Amino acid sequence: METSEKQLPADPSEPPPTGDGEPDRERLVKGDLSFHDITEMVSRHAEKKAPMAWYAAFAVAFSGTLLLLALFAYVVWNGIGVWGNNQPVGWGWPIVNFVFWVGIGHAGTLISAILYLFRQHWRTAINRAAEAMTLFAVICALIWPTFHVGRVWAIYWTLPIPNQMAMWPQFKSPLLWDVFAVSSYFLVSLIFWYVGLVPDLATLRDRAKNFWRQRILAFFALGWTGSNRHWRNYEKAYLLLAGLATPLVLSVHSVVSFDFAVSVLPGWHTTIFPPYFVAGAIFSGFAMVVTLMVITREIYGLKNVITIDHLEKMNIIILVTGTIVGFAYITEFFMAWYSGVQYEQYAFINRAFGPYAWAYWIMMTCNLITPQLFWFKKLRRSIPVMFVLSIFVNIGMWFERFVITITSLHRDFLPSSWGYFTATWIDIGTLVGSFGLFLTLFLLFLRFVPMVAMAEVKGIMPQADPHFHEHEGNGHVEGDGEPYIKPAEPALAEAYRGDGAGEEETST
Amino acid sequence: MPTLTQDLKARLGIFESDADQVYGLLAEFPDPGALLHAAEAVRKEGYDHFDTHSPFPIHGMDEAMGLGNAVGVGFFTFGGGVTGFAAAYLLQWWTAAVDYPLNISGKPFFAVEPSVPIMFELTVLFAAFGAVAGMLLLNGLPRPYNPLFYSERFKGASDDRFFLHVAASDDQFDVENTAAFLQRLGARHIELVKDDGPADA
Repeated sequence: METSEKQLPADPSEPPPTGDGEPDRERLVKGDLSFHDITEMVSRHAEKKAPMAWYAAFAVAFSGTLLLLALFAYVVWNGIGVWGNNQPVGWGWPIVNFVFWVGIGHAGTLISAILYLFRQHWRTAINRAAEAMTLFAVICALIWPTFHVGRVWAIYWTLPIPNQMAMWPQFKSPLLWDVFAVSSYFLVSLIFWYVGLVPDLATLRDRAKNFWRQRILAFFALGWTGSNRHWRNYEKAYLLLAGLATPLVLSVHSVVSFDFAVSVLPGWHTTIFPPYFVAGAIFSGFAMVVTLMVITREIYGLKNVITIDHLEKMNIIILVTGTIVGFAYITEFFMAWYSGVQYEQYAFINRAFGPYAWAYWIMMTCNLITPQLFWFKKLRRSIPVMFVLSIFVNIGMWFERFVITITSLHRDFLPSSWGYFTATWIDIGTLVGSFGLFLTLFLLFLRFVPMVAMAEVKGIMPQADPHFHEHEGNGHVEGDGEPYIKPAEPALAEAYRGDGAGEEETST
Repeated sequence: MPTLTQDLKARLGIFESDADQVYGLLAEFPDPGALLHAAEAVRKEGYDHFDTHSPFPIHGMDEAMGLGNAVGVGFFTFGGGVTGFAAAYLLQWWTAAVDYPLNISGKPFFAVEPSVPIMFELTVLFAAFGAVAGMLLLNGLPRPYNPLFYSERFKGASDDRFFLHVAASDDQFDVENTAAFLQRLGARHIELVKDDGPADA
């Protein structure tokens, strides 16, 4: 093992040593880091005591979780009437929050599956945390419909379980499709995440000093030894999972949009919903990844792994999906006008200029204008700007679901049954509590699980290429009967020993 | 001569120790490239029961070791997908049209169109289960005990070290000759791994 003289700083917020020379834009891991440095930089956070900021954040987040538990107990005890939903708005905040959280849960699997298929190597730095975020967001999403059914103890009726009533769920209902779509998505994301985690759990197992810690990690690492016979099947399974998760991630929010689009209600009944919901989901999910990663890389000293280039690429995806969402808003209006249907036209005019115009214009400002600022390179590479904008995006996306759900319902077909929905303090408390649950789970993840996919990051470093060291030769003389590795031209070898690939000047 | 079962297990990376409880020779190489060339040389020398261990998959190692494409996982995935599709189809048809028919505005009890989302979801779900189950089965995992865990150096295989393991069950295996061969290939450290059983002694 090559022991490097350089030391990683003990305080993780200090930047790790960087290499000499000009930083290379193409290089994903910045600085002069070895494989062992990557192991050290990532593993130590799962092994040592957490930084003070972690405890502070956990205290706040856990209070939110407790608030959520208490308020849900209150909701179950008193019935869901304590929320603001009532006729004509039967789907109030719980459904808004459900769609919001499912949307957040789209970025992780998109990063791990679609970007994997597109060979976007930069995903390796962020995919572990983004996938974890996906799982937690889906958990936060599932609690809403679970309690919104009113009698939560009968929630198992949504599953096809043989029962004494000799009844089956109604498979023609989009709401039941949703049960299957979201729970399949959760399970596939979970196994995808776990499969990716196995080699890194083996790393933690091999580093463990404590007997029980080692045993527990050994259990979850499944006896992984990094055998190439295993890597071979592992990589194939990972590729297939990525291929399977890709249509799945696109289908989940499509099915969620069917909850609305399959009904015959002006404002909901449109064919644009599936692609528009999926783009919105990716938009909000990436914004959440940016919000969390900006903080995480700062506190845990991962700036060389999760670089500004990674964040810029995510901001570009936010720009692209945000533009799709903005375009969809305008298309919806055009279609309402073009349909010639009075009710459809009224629903949209009422959205923009009716009693909920305030929500509509918050949504338009946050989702249509905010992402456009990322056209400017300076802004999309600025940490404070992207942090603020990513939060604005998620405010906007929450309001998008509010606008879709509430404004389409509050003016029923008969003016005698019009109403104005107002949230109660339970609505606000449970929404805040769901953020607490989400952050609690995310903080536990940061504390106990390697937050960056070490094996994958090592695999994309230049020295992981089997031909990397060949430029120095292996010392054997050609023709002495030994396996001979041809040394490259000295200039090329020198370029590789420097700050990374210098192919362009020496490839001739 | 290894038996068929031994050969099959060797493909999963599970090797049997010999009469002296020798599991094999574990050679450490300095970098991925050296390991790749060593694996190629070991295979060309006629060894069959050997494996490489690295912290990440090394590009080209499957060819170097002569393993070929991992088609097995694909079959499991496909089988899972077909199972999921059939399960979703039969579940929706049987519950809606046979066991509990409900007349909803004269619509057919069962039709393919509204059944598509759940067919799709369960196909993907079971295919994913198939992919993971197939991967674990073909890898012989979970495998809590592995004689290689007796090696202290081997802990580095999940960090930054690159190992080639030649198993004692191979026909050509000979402690001295194989070790000398590995030395010539450029191994920086070679150790004999004994299979002392899973008990903590």
